Amino acid sequence: MPRSVWKGPFVDGYLLKKAEVTRSSERNTVIKTWSRRSTILPQFVGLTFGVYNGQKFIPVMITEEMIGHKLGEFSPTRAYMGHGVDKKAKRG
Amino acid sequence: MARIAGVNIPTGKRVAIALTYIFGIGPASAVKICKESNISSDRRVNELTEDEVMSIREIIDNHYQVEGDLRRETAMNIKRLMDLGCYRGLRHRRGLPVRGQRTHTNARTRKGPSKPVAGKKK
Repeated sequence: MPRSVWKGPFVDGYLLKKAEVTRSSERNTVIKTWSRRSTILPQFVGLTFGVYNGQKFIPVMITEEMIGHKLGEFSPTRAYMGHGVDKKAKRG
Repeated sequence: MARIAGVNIPTGKRVAIALTYIFGIGPASAVKICKESNISSDRRVNELTEDEVMSIREIIDNHYQVEGDLRRETAMNIKRLMDLGCYRGLRHRRGLPVRGQRTHTNARTRKGPSKPVAGKKK
């Protein structure tokens, strides 16, 4: 079920402040964050977030298309390297 | 034979059923269309007059997105997700379930027929 509209989009408060600060300072620094649950708002467009995936901060450049998605959607938490083909080769 | 919305040629069936042969029109919207055009949904397609067919055509043209247009839109929506680099897009690219279903077993609809795992003899 989607979130009720009357609540508005969810964003961690500190992230809003940080975004504003980096925006006004005009230096394009990566904002490191653990808040994967935050919604991407229109005022985030153009900023770069380092979204934590449990191991690293994945840099995410926010574009207009991403508005409405969550930050976590752009920072995959699982690395699938494929299945090892050969147990046989090792044995032989 | 009646051509409605491009290619579709449903024939001796009840109108409400025949309309569902159009991609993008299911049972619910088929009945709705019948009501709107004042055609009993129990009548057969080949009993309809030219005017009645025209009125159905008009309703579909004006209020429904069907066939090619609808297919294009869904394809565009999926493409958008894939280009965005978000999780759902990655799942689409991989051909895996998008909405959090398990993949340890099952998920055959998305994955296609099972491929045998090589190795592990004896």
